Amino acid sequence: MIEVMSMYRIRNPEPTKQRSVCTSSASEPASLPAEDISTNSNGPKQDSLFDDDPEDLFAEATEEVSLDSPERDVLLSDGPSPAITPITPPTSVITPRIGLPHDDMFTHSSFDEIEEEEGGDSFDMHISVSDPEKVGDGMNAYMAYKVTTKTSMSVFKNHDFSVKRRFSDFLGLHSKLASKYLHIGYIVPPAPEKSIVGMTKVKVGKEDQSSNEFVEKRRSALERYLMRTVKHPILLKDPDVLQFLESSELPRAVSTQALSSAGLLRMVNKAADAVNKMTIKMNESDAWFEEKQQHFENLDIQLRKLHASVESLVCHRKELSVNTAQFAKSAAMLGNSEDHTALSRALSQLAEVEEKIDQLHQDQANADFYLFSELLGDYVRLIIAVKGVFDHRMKTWQKWQDSQMLLQKKREAEAKLQFNNKPDKLQQAKDEIKEEIEELEGKVQQGERDFEQISKTIRKEVSRFEKERVKDFKAIIIKYLESLVQTQQQLIKYWEAFLPEAKAIS
Amino acid sequence: MMEEVKEVTSTLSVDGHNIKVTEVLKDGETLTFLIVSLKLSSTGEYHVDRTYDDFEWLQQHLFSQEDVPGIQGVIFPPLPAKAQVNASAKVMKQLGFLGLEDWQPYSKALETFLRQIATHSILGKNKAVEIFLTSSDPPGRQRVRKNIFNRLSQAVEGMRKEGHKDVDEFFQTERDHNLVLAGGAKTAAERFLDVVQTEQKIAVACGHFSTALHLCVEPGEDLNKQAFSKLCVKLSEVFASMKKNITSVAENNVSTLGLGLDLESRYQEAEKEMLFRRTCKLVELETARRNAEKAKPVKKAAMEEVKKAAETEFDHICGVAKEEIARLQGARVEMLQQALVQWCEKQLLTAKESADQFNQHLQSVRGMAL
Repeated sequence: MIEVMSMYRIRNPEPTKQRSVCTSSASEPASLPAEDISTNSNGPKQDSLFDDDPEDLFAEATEEVSLDSPERDVLLSDGPSPAITPITPPTSVITPRIGLPHDDMFTHSSFDEIEEEEGGDSFDMHISVSDPEKVGDGMNAYMAYKVTTKTSMSVFKNHDFSVKRRFSDFLGLHSKLASKYLHIGYIVPPAPEKSIVGMTKVKVGKEDQSSNEFVEKRRSALERYLMRTVKHPILLKDPDVLQFLESSELPRAVSTQALSSAGLLRMVNKAADAVNKMTIKMNESDAWFEEKQQHFENLDIQLRKLHASVESLVCHRKELSVNTAQFAKSAAMLGNSEDHTALSRALSQLAEVEEKIDQLHQDQANADFYLFSELLGDYVRLIIAVKGVFDHRMKTWQKWQDSQMLLQKKREAEAKLQFNNKPDKLQQAKDEIKEEIEELEGKVQQGERDFEQISKTIRKEVSRFEKERVKDFKAIIIKYLESLVQTQQQLIKYWEAFLPEAKAIS
Repeated sequence: MMEEVKEVTSTLSVDGHNIKVTEVLKDGETLTFLIVSLKLSSTGEYHVDRTYDDFEWLQQHLFSQEDVPGIQGVIFPPLPAKAQVNASAKVMKQLGFLGLEDWQPYSKALETFLRQIATHSILGKNKAVEIFLTSSDPPGRQRVRKNIFNRLSQAVEGMRKEGHKDVDEFFQTERDHNLVLAGGAKTAAERFLDVVQTEQKIAVACGHFSTALHLCVEPGEDLNKQAFSKLCVKLSEVFASMKKNITSVAENNVSTLGLGLDLESRYQEAEKEMLFRRTCKLVELETARRNAEKAKPVKKAAMEEVKKAAETEFDHICGVAKEEIARLQGARVEMLQQALVQWCEKQLLTAKESADQFNQHLQSVRGMAL
């Protein structure tokens, strides 16, 4: 880690021009100045939290990216740029290959180094979200959850610690991570959905089954969200994540309206629209990206279908539970009105068996839901983030192309200057334009680097996504099968107990 | 075509306990049932095909045996409602379990009906039964004589007479009890049907999910993609197994306990009808007695005749009714026991098979090197 830091130092030619897009709030006091949260921003304004902190891993991430958050950049875009004839990037960077040694990319490989280094400290971490507790009264009430981390990893101060967090804290964390990492190609796991209806019931104090189910659903979603986040080797090291898990006090995240999954989707859609409006005909000379994008489109459609299918299944299972309970009652009544003693007893036993089976149906419905329905829902939301990342790559390419265009124009202007008749003004103009050209050349280089970097990152991220996907699905399938086996084994017990009762009738 | 039913009674030439409805054939809108009966005297079988109308013909003949003393005290084995191809929702609802599983339960119910009739000490002797089971030609659609079971007239008077207080404690108790049992059995059957229909919905949902998973299979040489595709295929198999399991569970429910509850419900209704007929006769008797008392000397003798006839008939009915009630008690307990035992055994077997299959899937997934 230290070596990497020193490399950053060496590679930092113009400290004054440095801008950190992402915050390192570890060294900052936890409070955010209120004026930072403008209605346009999707997170804290980066520039006010800018510092030269050596801990800031992102010091070199991008040199000349605008001060605005990348999302805001997109949202405030000045309408469509003039249609740009597609300029294919120079062939040397058309197909960036992962791990290709390239001087300018050295600093950007710092993340790769982090990942590789951490190969030694294997992932050993478990987060649980538990003990939902209602705090306060009426419409200002909220649920506080206990977040417990158990780990042996060196990046944490302790091995077993817990903090109290509320839902908006989770959204705040996600918003920070999204604003730091999405635009450079990292797939940031989306936060759970907001639910006005669900929360209102809880606030109003309805202690019924549906609000309990809601709280449990949310608790489980928050837990999965955190686990997904920390499984990401880069996000795990993020100071905001560490602070979230360790710090006993956290400043309240306000303006969480845009921070939810739905907000993220709106943001991505706006980004996509903005990108489309620019009529980017990005000449995708890298077939990998084209294929992957298509693949994710298809996967999105399939997953949504599957999700709908499972929701239907869960619904029917709940219905079955209700019907079974009803039948159990009517069987009990039959038993009560029956004169024949042995038959009466058997019918009463039948009612009991059916009640037990009802419970099994409920358990199975929960398994259906919490295992599959939520898994598929999580992945549908994850793919939104994946799509967002691909869109950011397009945007990055566009920026690079724009710089290139401008450079071209300036060069043409420079050439024209030669024919200026005012010799005294000529030199000044020449100098000016030379400066501008130099600046633009820098921008073009940076743009190219950014594009290469985001492409490289996305490839890694997609590979990681596909690997994690296999792990996730396998784990869930195993759990589900275990639940299926268990249900059948319970049924066997019930039937074996009932059989002698039935045989004893006559 | 139809043989004249001159001899009303005869001994059945087939084994009433072994009548089978072996097949149901669809011919346009009509359903035809193949009935096989074992000959008693020699080896061999009778194979006949009958439609629902033929069953009704049989039932009408049985209903119209006016000269059999106490016939109204018989609890007539209930004939299921008419089955139709492409039946309306209302008909299907009325049929309940019998409308499911491609008419298999319905055939079983008809089989039970025939067996109960053939083995009935009074009903089995009716020549119509012999004709129905053995004649190669269809029994014909000839209208039978006046039906004492004209439900229309009964329905009109029903409300008044049904609650008529009984003179006999045994029968009053039986009537009250029957009312409770009939209601209970009907409710139980309806609710069990709801359970089965939801199980069928779940089976369909599992099937959809299983099919949809195949669309997630991704071609490619990438290891992770292949791994994911393998998982999708495996999960698809799991859900196909789930579908198989719940389909089995539903079938078991229908073929054993479902049929049992349905029969119990219809039997209670049949008993209710018998008790009602008896009650009507009671009212008739009481009226006849009053008339005889109040009669003027001129009419007195005639009224006395009527009264005596009514008394005799009523006594016969009560006698038969008591026997029938006892018989029913025994039969229904045995029937329900059989239904419960078979149901339990089938579900137990299905659970064991499913546990095995899910276990195999589990081991397979655990062993996947992904």
